[in-house]
Amino acid sequence: MSAIQPPSETIWWKQPLDRVEGTWIALALVWSLIMFFMMPIWHVYGKQNLSNEAYRTTPEAFMAKTQAMVDQFTVRTETNQNMPVVHPPPGSDVYLIGRLWQWWPLLELEKGQTYRLHVSSMDWQHGFSLQPVNINAQILPGYEMVLTVTPDTDGDQTIICNEYCGIGHHNMVGKIYITEGGS
Amino acid sequence: MKTQEFRTCPESGLQFHKPAELLMRLNAVVAVVCLLVGGITALLVTLTRWPAVHLLPADKFYMLLTTHGINMLIFWIIFFEIAVLYFCSSTLLRCRLATPKMGWLGFILMVAGAVINNVSVFSGRSSVMMTSYVPMPAEPMFYLGLILFAVGALIGCFIFLGTLVIAKEEKTYEGSIPLVTFGALTACIIAIFTIAMGAVILIPTFLWSVGLISNIDAPMYRLIWWAFGHSSQQINVAAHVAVWYAIAAIVFGARPLSEKVSRTAFVLYIAFLQLASAHHILVDPGLSSTWKIFNTSYAMYLAVLASMIHGLTVPGSIEVAQRAKGLTKGLYEWLRKAPWGNPVFSGMFLSLIGFGFLGGISGVVMGTEQINIIIHNTIYVPGHFHATVVIGTTLAFMSMTYFLIPVLFRRQVFLPGLAKLQPYIFGIGMMVFALMMMGAGTLGVQRRHWDMAFTDAAIGFDYPASAYALMGLVGISGVTAIVGGAIFVLITVVSVFFGKRVGSESSYGTETTRLMKAPPIVHAEGGHVAAGKWGFAAPGTFALAILFLAIFVAYYAVNWKYLASVWPMS
Repeated sequence: MSAIQPPSETIWWKQPLDRVEGTWIALALVWSLIMFFMMPIWHVYGKQNLSNEAYRTTPEAFMAKTQAMVDQFTVRTETNQNMPVVHPPPGSDVYLIGRLWQWWPLLELEKGQTYRLHVSSMDWQHGFSLQPVNINAQILPGYEMVLTVTPDTDGDQTIICNEYCGIGHHNMVGKIYITEGGS
Repeated sequence: MKTQEFRTCPESGLQFHKPAELLMRLNAVVAVVCLLVGGITALLVTLTRWPAVHLLPADKFYMLLTTHGINMLIFWIIFFEIAVLYFCSSTLLRCRLATPKMGWLGFILMVAGAVINNVSVFSGRSSVMMTSYVPMPAEPMFYLGLILFAVGALIGCFIFLGTLVIAKEEKTYEGSIPLVTFGALTACIIAIFTIAMGAVILIPTFLWSVGLISNIDAPMYRLIWWAFGHSSQQINVAAHVAVWYAIAAIVFGARPLSEKVSRTAFVLYIAFLQLASAHHILVDPGLSSTWKIFNTSYAMYLAVLASMIHGLTVPGSIEVAQRAKGLTKGLYEWLRKAPWGNPVFSGMFLSLIGFGFLGGISGVVMGTEQINIIIHNTIYVPGHFHATVVIGTTLAFMSMTYFLIPVLFRRQVFLPGLAKLQPYIFGIGMMVFALMMMGAGTLGVQRRHWDMAFTDAAIGFDYPASAYALMGLVGISGVTAIVGGAIFVLITVVSVFFGKRVGSESSYGTETTRLMKAPPIVHAEGGHVAAGKWGFAAPGTFALAILFLAIFVAYYAVNWKYLASVWPMS
């Protein structure tokens, strides 16, 4: 009668396929292969790929590099916490720290320029979510992720933490200001 | 051998072994208790994420979101799955349950683990979410509870395997095990792998939390935790697909289109589903793209292929069974005249549609290496898994429960009129809920986030008004689904504990009957194809499958286009 009984044919693996199954399996397999090859193809022809460049680091080492950048390129401070706003030269290595519960420092990047953005966490896991452009990456303690990015949109971007990191998680907000290039 | 205690259900013809019956009842009842805890917390969490209500303070929100996830994703589902495993072995194979005393031990460990974990979370000191990502610490009791629970579940898996061995040894069935049992076996094998992964990561984390290990590497934790966390969802997939086949068989007498295809699809699950850990770490540092592409696609999407096969063969087998009864008009007479007022069927069919169209498509799209950049950790992610786990698994299990209330518990379903509506309220509410979350996630709204308005943050951010509107709809549809869930709990609890008994007092005897093979396939002229169209046995299902594929292709393409609009990255 059914699927809750043993198959009627002892040698059930010799039972022929129905045409509806064979056709569907062929279609589904072709679609699966298209989806699979789409990913390597996008690595060649697409513009949005993570390089997966990453290094082991320590909070101290990463802090030192970030501090050096902040000391050199801070253009102003903002908010009641006097957060530095850093305007690093185009093409340079830019450092961003995620920690409980802030993104530090604030950044100012030029539209159309390419930067190597290094991000790491000082403590727990954090999520780098750039809005409204909507780019998301996972930030881990002990690892330095390098995103080579070219801001090509107008308007400032906000960094929201999107990995739950405790009671202050929803207050962990940073900023990337986008300025017109040519300076 | 001692006297056996068996009874045969007069309505369904199923045969129950008394110790197995008791364990199934207990596991199912505790499952519903966990569903209730998960449901109450679901309501509070939903009312907090509904921007106009924003009910709870932040600490309570994060605490209850942790409990909601664990009670629903782990406790409710796995307690029910243990009942399903015992049903698919002892009951379906008409066999005594292996080592019922160990079954009690497993059950007690699972209950103890669930209680310990819940106490730890409700103390407020383990608000770490279900994922408990290191180095954010929870109390040691949090991990210990999960470990005890997993050991108990593992015992259940081995009892299932032991029962299969006994059934074979004692020749309680003819030929091969039924397809549904084969599906349960698939779930069991994946469960053993899953629990092993859980042990590999949770035991060191427990030792870390008591200070015996100094450091747990964050990416290693994520890789292995998700080999446990995602694989456990694959147990659900295998289990609820087995339940779909079971319900198709119970309600329609449907037989699989072909045993070979359906069983091979289950084998593909065993071979490839556990690669899915990669889905969660596509935008993590420290892994190569080659690794990510191979694993995220389950080695060229072979496990997705398996789900697409089941998605065709389950409704296809129903269509063939219905057409054989003479419902052959047009493409869809078989479906129109299906028993839509029977919650066993309606819930199962909504589960199938929701799992495929919403959960399946969204899962593959967001699991694409590059597309994950625009989706990772947004509220799109819970949108996806509410479609797979809640519509797919939970709704399938609810439908199965409506069948089990008279058959296993020997009680009438309380408020049968309301029971008819329940799958629609719950299923459609949940479909809208999942879609709205996916929409809000596409606009960058975050998951596990207390305040999308950033009221207390030093730097603010304004989501567009459309994001607020979508989150409002998430609230409304979420509450609707929760009402559907509450009706289910009400009906189940009242039926099981206070419901009218079905039939006479069950008598248990030593007599058992052997499970016979399905009757031979009658090859009418042209086989069952004769009732179909275009040389297809199930043309209506095929047309639905083509619609599914068209939506899949279109939505996949739209997401690549959206990805192409974000900043160039390399």
